Amino acid sequence: MSRNYLLSDSIISPIGFSTEENLKAIRNSESALKFQNNSRFFKNGYFAGLINDLIIDERFGEIGNPTDYTKLEKLIILAIQQVLKTHPDLNIAQTGLVISTTKGNIDQLGKTQFPSDRLFLWKMAKIIADFFGFRMKPIVVSNACISGALAIKTANDFIETGKFSNAIVAAGDLVSEFVLSGFQSFQAISPEPCRPFSKDRQGVSLGEAAAAVLIGPDTSNSVDKIEYIDAITANDANHISGPSRTGEGLYQSISRLLQQNKVEASQINYLSAHGTATIYNDEMEAIAFHRAGLENVPVNSFKGYYGHTLGTSALIESILTKHSLLDNELFASHNFTESGTSKDLNVIENHQGKDLKIALKTASGFGGCNLAMLLKKESL
Amino acid sequence: MSEELFITKSVIIRDSKIIKNGKPFFKADPDASLSEFLKTIYKEEHLKYPKFFKMDSLSKLVYLGVELLTEGNIPDKKTALVFANSVSSLETDEAYAGTMGEFPSPSLFVYTLPNIMLGEISIRHQLKSENIFLISEEFDPTIYLDYTKALFQQKKTDNVLCGWVNLHNNEYDVFLWQIARSGRTDFNEEELKKLYLPTHE
Repeated sequence: MSRNYLLSDSIISPIGFSTEENLKAIRNSESALKFQNNSRFFKNGYFAGLINDLIIDERFGEIGNPTDYTKLEKLIILAIQQVLKTHPDLNIAQTGLVISTTKGNIDQLGKTQFPSDRLFLWKMAKIIADFFGFRMKPIVVSNACISGALAIKTANDFIETGKFSNAIVAAGDLVSEFVLSGFQSFQAISPEPCRPFSKDRQGVSLGEAAAAVLIGPDTSNSVDKIEYIDAITANDANHISGPSRTGEGLYQSISRLLQQNKVEASQINYLSAHGTATIYNDEMEAIAFHRAGLENVPVNSFKGYYGHTLGTSALIESILTKHSLLDNELFASHNFTESGTSKDLNVIENHQGKDLKIALKTASGFGGCNLAMLLKKESL
Repeated sequence: MSEELFITKSVIIRDSKIIKNGKPFFKADPDASLSEFLKTIYKEEHLKYPKFFKMDSLSKLVYLGVELLTEGNIPDKKTALVFANSVSSLETDEAYAGTMGEFPSPSLFVYTLPNIMLGEISIRHQLKSENIFLISEEFDPTIYLDYTKALFQQKKTDNVLCGWVNLHNNEYDVFLWQIARSGRTDFNEEELKKLYLPTHE
């Protein structure tokens, strides 16, 4: 069986319009989360990571007409464009496109600037696929907040079954009034930038971003490459909107993954958690990680840098995990103050160098879904 | 090497009718509203599941479909769920958006993700299993075939419950089926299309 790798990637976010720019911002401890005052649902403002429309249009103007595409379409197209630019030899006829999004163009609901069928996620995917001339029908994964990583798994599996020879996995979601008001109705939004795993955490901050990565066999002569080992999902079977108190689904996904791939918890060098900074989510993750014997593994959440970018989050975090492995570099869990879960974790407090070989990425979401994925550095 | 897989059971809920394993099973008043139709099935099947009344219509359709398909029993708790539709949760998105003017409704907002129905099935049948929700323009057998084949090949599961579940502007289309290593109907594109659009009604 051929192995698949995480090849070129791109992150388009408030802190950078390429993976390089994003890594640089993280190294400088910059965060996308800024005070915003543009929502009628937050009389006193709120914190979120937003991307300026003017900057998007300026960048997009180099490759297309900004008025033909929605904000989210432009962001995802920009991300894919960057990946394709580094692979000019890619055979687009045999390359799959897997798109992860939770809400797509939901900001266009009730508006008339674009035809109403743009609300359909498959239509948005088709617009993006047609921009580049992908020949195969795009696949859309919409499975709440695990979608970004589940899209990587889907791409890998479809390459394995022979549907694609390789695939671009792209993700995008916006901070819309729809999503802001919904999270606010749950009283889940933090009054300050979110603080994952901290004692003083008060809820999520939302962020918008797009990302893309090429998945497939690696035929290059690179010294180090990041191999996709496997991913497993498991449902909590407990509650549709609240995390399981025992971390059951997350624990199941991790333990099955390690068992099936014959990896011991002690072999994992780095854990990229979901860490939304709600009281219950972070507590659930801490319990699941303890049950899986991961309490000493260096762990972070990237939500302090980006906020929760929904369908993009697990893809961005997988891309950053890939770069952590390649560069032997652990990034601080931004905004962390002091341990705030009933079971202690080894939260990364400062950027640091460390030899890394195997990383575990996890994500959880509404609907009780959980995912665990193993990435491994192969060195020649 | 790909192993042989089979469709063991199927259910269709469409046009006020239920078709079970290719045969007409139930026919309701075609003039009844969707909510009346859903309640009728619930009563006819003698179901007792109070959570049903909290669900949005899309989840109600799926819940009922799965009860009909499995006769209320999924013995293999590792049965994977592979679902798709074309309109995501747009019906409930629009209903939620209607509440945004005054008091955004948390109980509607929670149903504005299509995979919530997978959570509902998992809770009802205590499945702590593989889940995925995909979106495609129309019913596309190939995505189920590929995703399911990979789950079996990778030894992630022994049983899969698949679904194509659409609801928009009160028009609904539910097609559920189960996949296993033994059975009578081959799990392939042709058989799926035949089951999805039966010609002998």
